[in-house]
Amino acid sequence: MQTYYDPRDLEGFGDIGKDAPGLAEKFFEYYGAVFAEGELSGRDKALIALAVAHTVQCPYCIDAFTKACLEKGSNLAEMTEAVHVAAAIRGGAALVHGVQMRKIAESISL
Amino acid sequence: MSSILPNACRREPTAEPVPSFDETLERRGLRLVRGKTRTLQVNVGYLCDLLCRHCHLEAGPQRPEVMAGETMDAVVAYASRVRFETIDVTGGAPELVPGIRSFLARLAPLTPKLILRTNLVALRERAASGLMESCREWGVALVASFPSTHASQSDALRGAGFLEKSIEVLRDLHGQGYGSPGSGLTLDLVVNPAGAFLPGNQDQAEKRFKEHLGRQGIQFNRLYSFANAPLGRFRSWLERSGNLEPYFKLLFDRFNPATIEGLMCRSLISVSWDGTLYDCDFNIAAGLPHGSGKRHVSSLQGVPAEGTPIATGNHCYACTAGAGFT
Repeated sequence: MQTYYDPRDLEGFGDIGKDAPGLAEKFFEYYGAVFAEGELSGRDKALIALAVAHTVQCPYCIDAFTKACLEKGSNLAEMTEAVHVAAAIRGGAALVHGVQMRKIAESISL
Repeated sequence: MSSILPNACRREPTAEPVPSFDETLERRGLRLVRGKTRTLQVNVGYLCDLLCRHCHLEAGPQRPEVMAGETMDAVVAYASRVRFETIDVTGGAPELVPGIRSFLARLAPLTPKLILRTNLVALRERAASGLMESCREWGVALVASFPSTHASQSDALRGAGFLEKSIEVLRDLHGQGYGSPGSGLTLDLVVNPAGAFLPGNQDQAEKRFKEHLGRQGIQFNRLYSFANAPLGRFRSWLERSGNLEPYFKLLFDRFNPATIEGLMCRSLISVSWDGTLYDCDFNIAAGLPHGSGKRHVSSLQGVPAEGTPIATGNHCYACTAGAGFT
């Protein structure tokens, strides 16, 4: 192993079912149902997944959902805005904890 | 033959990481043979005002290959011998080919549906002056390539400023009645992905394009989305960018046997600019003539027999991936 991440691992995702097939089956069935057309379109879901992929910083997901977004007709401007939504939430989540920090600091300060 | 083929077709083929298309058909017990031929497709040449990066024919302003008057005569004579349900005129940019107006005028009475494929902006070239009005008069259906509603994708394929110019032409066409309900003037759009990925759901793309263009006062009938064939300029880009192998793998992985029945090559005969017969426009680029060898349109009395095998190559995977090219 030369790196922790290998792009070919994505193709082998199904192998995760080898020693726990029942759980993998349930997961992949659920996964397929989540991304099926529903109240949200497949295109909307792919954009959400792309944003979340950046939040969890999963290179496999970024690879897969960049391609999925393009295939579903999204353009780079839309995809970049989706990543900014992820960045705003992630940054905002850090910053809003600053309120907790301030309250703790104030509670123990003169 | 080799002297008339685009550059990409003359070079030695790059090894592709997939089984041959024929092998895939055989493994699945499938055969690709002609059904009833309903459409005559005529490629009037590779002359074009654009240098689209995904063009399988490597069409462009410097290409000298255009259909000569006597070949047009042979096509008209063939269309008189066989009444096709549809005649589909393509290029290059057919609008720029000398004699195109007279050619269309002679073809129009010979078929219930005459199609002219356009890149839109060619309709504004001086050589095409008045052609839009003539098409309206003859009831010619227009099929316009329109890659994306977003400038970055559209211009990446076609060149800077393409989107803006093509929107202007779509407005002109709308002014002529094209795409308007009840006008009888059909305007369909064709979308190709702007890269080494497949098109998405066609109906959803149509809905999205209708909403987007509708806000700009433009209407159209149907939208068709097709994968790019790994031929010509698109193949060169795939090779240069390191995408050839992954793209073929993608096409192979998405092979859909259900597409075979409805493939357009089963019901279409294609005539190239020099009169040679092919099973489809992609086979022109691939240099794979119809039947057992090169044959001129003037030698054909009727339509090819049902059950005749269709010439195939690995580019055929582009028509069988996902929803397919029908």
